[in-house]
Amino acid sequence: MTAVETKSQVQSDLTPRKRKSLLPEIMTVVALALLLIFLVPALLNAMGQGSRVNQLGRFVALAIAALGIDLIWGYTGMLSLGHGIFFALGGYALAMHLQLQLPAGQIPDFFNLYGVTELPLFWQPFYSLPFTVGAIFIIPMVVAAVLGYLVFRNRIRGVYFSILTQAALIVFFNFFNGQQKLINGTNGLKTDTAQFFGALVSDPRNQTVFFVLSVVFLALGYAFCRWLTSGRLGRLLVAIRDDEPRVRFSGYDPTWYKVFVFAVSAGLAGIAGALYTVQSGIITPKAMDIAFSIEMVIWVAVGGRATLVGAALGALIVNFAKTLLSEQYPEFWLFFQGALFLLVVTVLPGGFLGLLSAENLLWLRSRLGFAPKLSTYPSLEEDLEVQHERKNPRN
Amino acid sequence: MSEKILEIENLTVSFDGFKAINNLNFSMNAGELRVVIGPNGAGKTTFMDVITGKTKPTTGQVTFKGKNLRPYSEHQIARMGIGRKFQTPRVYQKLTPRENLELSCAASKNVFASFLGRPAAGERRTIAGLLETIGLVPKADILAELLSHGEKQRLEIGMLVAQSPDLLLVDEPVAGLTDEETENVGNLLLALAESHSIMVIEHDMEFVRQIARQVTVLHQGTVLCEGTMDEIQNDPKVIEVYLGTEETEHVE
Repeated sequence: MTAVETKSQVQSDLTPRKRKSLLPEIMTVVALALLLIFLVPALLNAMGQGSRVNQLGRFVALAIAALGIDLIWGYTGMLSLGHGIFFALGGYALAMHLQLQLPAGQIPDFFNLYGVTELPLFWQPFYSLPFTVGAIFIIPMVVAAVLGYLVFRNRIRGVYFSILTQAALIVFFNFFNGQQKLINGTNGLKTDTAQFFGALVSDPRNQTVFFVLSVVFLALGYAFCRWLTSGRLGRLLVAIRDDEPRVRFSGYDPTWYKVFVFAVSAGLAGIAGALYTVQSGIITPKAMDIAFSIEMVIWVAVGGRATLVGAALGALIVNFAKTLLSEQYPEFWLFFQGALFLLVVTVLPGGFLGLLSAENLLWLRSRLGFAPKLSTYPSLEEDLEVQHERKNPRN
Repeated sequence: MSEKILEIENLTVSFDGFKAINNLNFSMNAGELRVVIGPNGAGKTTFMDVITGKTKPTTGQVTFKGKNLRPYSEHQIARMGIGRKFQTPRVYQKLTPRENLELSCAASKNVFASFLGRPAAGERRTIAGLLETIGLVPKADILAELLSHGEKQRLEIGMLVAQSPDLLLVDEPVAGLTDEETENVGNLLLALAESHSIMVIEHDMEFVRQIARQVTVLHQGTVLCEGTMDEIQNDPKVIEVYLGTEETEHVE
């Protein structure tokens, strides 16, 4: 074999391998989504665990937010502790629309408590469903883009970025908490009793729609993030994570890339917030609790950073663990959550999905008695001397 | 060619009063291969920082192709055509050499082009050719963190070329390389010099002798002297501050 032949062979070996994996992945996602929509609720109902369907729907919604966190933290290295802002903005946008499903001339009940007789101006556009649907993700994206631009332009990174996002979270929390006359302050907005397409929001039929929507958006969100991260933009995000100053010398301005991905992540959180709100029946400023935003980060850490699948799985696992544990031992959940986080940070830096790393799989293979499979440099594999030595081990 | 690609006038850079660069004047013709040498702390790396926009001059100005660089930030200067290779190789570890080159090569570097664009056929050909030139074809699709030091050095030079800059700034390209690798890098630079202007900062005198045509000696943030390698080696000032100390280094 001449050198040229070897080279072209190596290349043709490598190019198709990248493409091949796409179709099975799409089919897996679709299959999982169909399973979640048709089989799992039926199974849970048959087992007499009907209330779990609603929980599952809510946690699927949270998994959408986890995708967004993974995008900015796992891939781009920006640890946001303020995603509750975007989650709540999405939730409030939809809740406001639902509150306005009233006969003409009436305004939502809670306004009477504070002596407000006229609908505040910024509520007006939320009469329109198309506006609301847009607002659910566009408002969070715009807020994130403005906040992000100011922060990233000044090259604020790392811990300082995290602290800033947390500070922003507190500002938003205090605003929503304090403005009774505008958005019912600390009581939040109820969606349960509102009308939606001719039935109550809490009606089982509507709830099924929201469940299906959550699963569909999780699948779409996953597909979108996967597409985003597998292209050139995704590679640039990784480059920014690993060496941002170097990226500048390659001719890229990291500011805009970070603004873009931060906004995308906020949009996902907004969608998650809206879907979560209608399935839990209320949105309050508690969605902007500091603890809740940190929990989002924990889901991703537990599942495995920069994997997307891990982020979604982590959200589901941690939240189900939370529900099950707090049902049994209400006082233990927080200790457990802390322990889980410590465990992940110290023992499983790659999260649960990190357990499936190539090294561990190799270890498992050898434990199960399969011959160890070595992976080395391609050039080494073609070395005749190496091949000879492999065939005739000295000992 | 007498057209100046880079001109530096009365450049001073001070950090809290310490003058890393002190009233430095320097100029380079288009198409020139220039080697900058100088003892540790002479201000060589700061010099590159200023040209690439990482550090702003305290006084004086840097002119590239007739444009004052002061108002531009790093990525703008990079797009104008100045490429930089760092002292320790800084490649993107979690990407493959091919992806590293693709990022540097991309014609359009704004968000939406990266979002929607795929590498054009021409770009892919350039990259395949570059991988051949830097000898990384067999390792093009493994993570760059698995490359050896010398391979990373070559990859970074490849990334630099992929950017298709007019002026290449190369900071110690042969630090930590074997003699054979050093010679390879030297030949690579000489080949590149046929179509680019290159400024090399280097400590390795053997290597400087291999590639140098025109040498500038920096000392304490200012130009000590300029000339061909022979002139430099026989300059008493240079022997005193630099070549003289090299011998004591050998003794150690």
